[in-house]
Amino acid sequence: MEVTQVLLNAQSIDGTTRKNAEESLKQFQEQNLPGFLLSLSGELANEEKPVETRKLAGLILKNALDAKEQHRKFELVQRWLFLDDNAKSQIKACLLKTISSPVSDARSTASQVIAKVAGIELPQKQWLELIGSLLSNVHQSPAHVKQATFETLGYLCEDVSPDVIDQDQVNKILTAVVQGMSASEGNIDVRLAATRALNNALGFALANFNNDRERDYLMRVVCEATQSSDMRIRQAAFECLVSISSTYYEKLASYIQDIFNVTAKAVREDDESVALQAIEFWSSICDEEIDILEEYEGVNGDSDITCFYFIKQALPALVPMLLELLLKQEENQDQDEGAWNIAMAGGTCLGLVARTVGDDIAPLVVPFIEENITKPDWRQREAATYAFGSILDGPSPEKLIPLVNVALNYMLSALIKDPNSHVKDTTAWTLGRIFEFLHGSAIGLPIITQENCQQIVIVLRQSMKDTPNVAEKACGALYFLTQGYKEVGPSSPLVPFFQEIVQSLLTVTHREDAGESRLRTAAYETLNEVVRCSTDETSPLVLQLVPVIMMELHNTLEGQKLSYDEREKQSELHGLLCGCLQVMIQKLGSSEPTKHVFMQYAEQIMGLFLRVFACKSATVHEEAMLAIGALAYATGPDFAKYMPEFYKYLEMGLQNFEEYQVCAVTVGVVGDICRALEDKIAPYCDGIMTQLLKNLSSNQLHRSVKPPIFSCFGDIALAVGEYFEKYLMWAMSALQRAAELSTHVAGDDELTEYTNSLRNGILEAYSGIFQGFKSSSKTQLLIPYAPHILQFLDGIYMEKDMDDVVMKTAIGVLGDVADTLGSHAGSLIQQSVSCKDFLNECLSSEDLMIKESAEWAKLAIARAISA
Amino acid sequence: MAPHDLRRPFKRAAISDQQKRRELSLLRQAQNRRNAQHQARCLASSILSLQSSAPESEPEQSDIEIETVPETEHESEAFSKDPDVRRASTLRGPEARKWFAKQLMLPEWMIDVPDRLSQDWYVLARPAGKRCFVVSSNGTTVSRQRNGSILHYFPSALPAGAKTRDGSGSAQSYCILDCIFHESDQTYYVIDTVCWNGYSLYDCTAEFRFYWLNSKLEESGACNAPSHYHKFRFSAVPVYNCDQSGLYAAYTGAVPYVKDGLLFYNKHAHYQTGNTPLVLVWKDENCSQYVIDTDGKGEIPSQQQLVLELQDDRKLVTSDDPPVLFGCLDGDIIEKSGIQSGNLLRFAIGDGGLSFVDGKLEKADLVYLGKSNRARVFADSYSKVIFQFMVRHSPLKMDDLLASINSPDDQEKIPSDIEMVG
Repeated sequence: MEVTQVLLNAQSIDGTTRKNAEESLKQFQEQNLPGFLLSLSGELANEEKPVETRKLAGLILKNALDAKEQHRKFELVQRWLFLDDNAKSQIKACLLKTISSPVSDARSTASQVIAKVAGIELPQKQWLELIGSLLSNVHQSPAHVKQATFETLGYLCEDVSPDVIDQDQVNKILTAVVQGMSASEGNIDVRLAATRALNNALGFALANFNNDRERDYLMRVVCEATQSSDMRIRQAAFECLVSISSTYYEKLASYIQDIFNVTAKAVREDDESVALQAIEFWSSICDEEIDILEEYEGVNGDSDITCFYFIKQALPALVPMLLELLLKQEENQDQDEGAWNIAMAGGTCLGLVARTVGDDIAPLVVPFIEENITKPDWRQREAATYAFGSILDGPSPEKLIPLVNVALNYMLSALIKDPNSHVKDTTAWTLGRIFEFLHGSAIGLPIITQENCQQIVIVLRQSMKDTPNVAEKACGALYFLTQGYKEVGPSSPLVPFFQEIVQSLLTVTHREDAGESRLRTAAYETLNEVVRCSTDETSPLVLQLVPVIMMELHNTLEGQKLSYDEREKQSELHGLLCGCLQVMIQKLGSSEPTKHVFMQYAEQIMGLFLRVFACKSATVHEEAMLAIGALAYATGPDFAKYMPEFYKYLEMGLQNFEEYQVCAVTVGVVGDICRALEDKIAPYCDGIMTQLLKNLSSNQLHRSVKPPIFSCFGDIALAVGEYFEKYLMWAMSALQRAAELSTHVAGDDELTEYTNSLRNGILEAYSGIFQGFKSSSKTQLLIPYAPHILQFLDGIYMEKDMDDVVMKTAIGVLGDVADTLGSHAGSLIQQSVSCKDFLNECLSSEDLMIKESAEWAKLAIARAISA
Repeated sequence: MAPHDLRRPFKRAAISDQQKRRELSLLRQAQNRRNAQHQARCLASSILSLQSSAPESEPEQSDIEIETVPETEHESEAFSKDPDVRRASTLRGPEARKWFAKQLMLPEWMIDVPDRLSQDWYVLARPAGKRCFVVSSNGTTVSRQRNGSILHYFPSALPAGAKTRDGSGSAQSYCILDCIFHESDQTYYVIDTVCWNGYSLYDCTAEFRFYWLNSKLEESGACNAPSHYHKFRFSAVPVYNCDQSGLYAAYTGAVPYVKDGLLFYNKHAHYQTGNTPLVLVWKDENCSQYVIDTDGKGEIPSQQQLVLELQDDRKLVTSDDPPVLFGCLDGDIIEKSGIQSGNLLRFAIGDGGLSFVDGKLEKADLVYLGKSNRARVFADSYSKVIFQFMVRHSPLKMDDLLASINSPDDQEKIPSDIEMVG
């Protein structure tokens, strides 16, 4: 097949031509994969072909090797590994040839494809000669080949995990890269490629960073590169420093002074793109130290890593440097969603510094605030306000409250009177931060009193009429103001203003420009918080709000034919309104008197939710689903009457693999419905169980949904009791498979966390099934499963990596088995490790939930054994 | 290898409300699941049962005044299978009295020494006082006597026993303890545990129940001195293995309460409502002021008295299951005094006494005295009548008990201290 023409057609502006070309490529791939890949690599390597087709050929090749979704990626890897060896070596030869091409786009594309192949083959101990042959390129080759080689090495380090490459090769790569960065390399592009490659190779350099001499050398080369005459190299060098700051934090002590000097110079003098990386270095150091210090305060007070207090030491020089940056604002940066400049980066870094050092920052920042806050130049007032807002998270309330008491009135008046919108934006944001961090029942000395509360409310309501960006921040401030009174109850000073606050928020949602700056969303979110924090005094007003929001939702459903954009907007609005109704249902449903009154709306609300589902044909709305869960919980057994109509959307939600959040939420709602309907859910169980089992066996569904599916088995079994018998075999075998896989974990923290959530789901399923069968005549059906379950419990106990949640659920399952099977399981249980060591460990746990479950288990076991 | 995007969130609240809604929903679901699970676990497959549709009873009258309730075992068939123990604590009035009256485990009187006393039994010195069920739930504690009448209504440090205890135990939590209220030091002495913190202990062995009681009661703070939220002190009673030293300790050992006999618990027995031979009571003058029953005036009548239940066919029976027949009532008396079947009647044992053949009661010389006190709910048990009879004629002595422990029979297997399941 002549691919050149097809590849050209595939980029045609004519839709039909493009479509035909794509179709024939697809057919080619399906009919003859090796031939297809081979001709693509041939196209890429062929110097006589047009650059566009070479690039596209490389791109298709790359996409044939890697994908974002885990399951797809896995498929592609398998496919490549089983490809004909001869074809593979020809393709690889073409790729290696291409990195010597004079055409830069072809080289660059080939680099990426080589890295993908390496990512597949090196872990299989294949293509071991690759790194050697790349390294041979960096000597004596023409500059463009060296450049492409470094680029390839860079991509390769990105795609291959460090444990795959042995130290000897790492040493050779680093040596070559560092040589490529040095002044002896005359070509700037080569030096740039080498510097960028180093950034990716840093993750491989653990041993080299542990060696003082090699580390000194690497650090010197990087610091020198920050002084390069080429701006791109300086930027890449600072990027290396940023990577080093997080990967090798504990190795930085002897370089930190030099690094400060180069970053300070870059921040003050260099191009913005370089300065941003230099600021990022310090933000990243803050991240590290915040993590370490948090761990210090953690359980045992010991941490693997020592804190070197770099920020604290650099403070006297660092803070003034950051404060200077605050004055470099751009006009209208607040209206530009994508804006990111050195003023913003500086302010963000200042906030992180405050979180790192706490009280120490105040004396360094307060004079700046005092000096600038009343200046005629808006930049100075804004910078002063921003500085103040930035340091509100970190220092102790004792330190901050006196400052806030002085500043609060000024801020309130600035929010209304300052002529500059940017200043008002930052002022509203700062007020929000004040309420977020210094207002609430946890703070001893209240900054808000009965007296100034009224003024605050008036000012914020006024500010909500300002430009969208300012109004959005004012909503945010109101959100935190409300939240701070959550624990106060009936005496909340906001009670008298409840009505007007709600009115103002509703008015905001109707503003023409509410679509800008997230304003409408902020208003609804604040309304939600107002509802969540409402008290007995204000609950009649919340009840009045229900039909208002229902009417809003009703009105949006009346829309006619909508364009794509309008539909998107409508869907967003549905989300906000359903979210708001969900919060109200949850709030009003949580106390009997309000629930009683609220239930008069239940039927109509359910009707609205069903219409929301109906107007989005392909998918189910997550927010509406969550709201229905809350409604089912509040309604109880009566919810059965909605099931015939609701069921299809429930099933649709369970089938939604693409938007896995929707699927996960739906699984949770199945649980809500089980608890509401109890055995009345039985008629729907066939469909639900079938779908859930299908979901479990799919490798397309995001893995995070699987643990809740198992928990859902438990919910169903508990609801329907012995009726679960018809699913028992299927559910148990799925559980058993998952249990076997999740007993042992070999992997990072993230995998351990996932495994624990999986274990918890499995265990909740067992609990529900055993308790569900307890009072039935069919408990003997469960006996055959007991040995495996006990083995699972013993297995995870012996792994010693359970988290508290799993521990609590696991020991409960031990009790459930004993409780339901009684003497049938007595001797089996007595033989298990779980009923001795594990149980004792749980009984002496400091976690009350674990202890309570363990006591229950002990009891149930005692009964089973003595029965 | 484009430069990495280093934009950080700017002027944004750290949490999104949507995420918050999601998390709150998950939290609610997890909480609901926990509650459902906990509720299922508390539905003990026990013998406790309640009338599910308890007829709304008239306002509670004077506690002592209860209707004479026919107490036959058949009646429990009329109760539905609702096994929810918690509902017991919500019962009021006669319903409650009726229900609670049937829930206590009632010891038989020791009329001969059980085998393997030293291996299989515990012994404890029974405090003198009012036997009662103490139920804590929903922030209050109620004690009810054997006839179901309320003794105290008070706050306690038991789980769910007072309104102030925040966060201790869930909404479903409750306790049922078998106690004796000891007047002089105003203390509830706990002699058994039926439910603790929502979990039923009915199906557990005595061994386990005592272990549980000892570890939990102390922990709950219920043994602390009385305070505003804890009106009466609770105390556990020392329990001994019934070997020679244990028996001796229970018999002679100093305790802070006045003793009223000894209680013997079979270690393997579950908590069983009604009369049981697996718990025994024994008394002599050294360990009880009330060895011989007194009459209504507190005096020892010259003749032994007993209460029996009149059945349809004029038969007079004990409260045992199956009931033991003591004789038949003269038709004349029935007509004259207007008594009906089901009534509890008081008799004296005449000079003819009781005669036994092969250890079984053959004949009793009964003298009709009249109806029993209205507060009585049960007839006497067979063992009580016999014990009282023996006390008056040939009592079972402490020496007999000690001798039984030391007898070769009992020495066959070397008594060993029981390892508590712990």
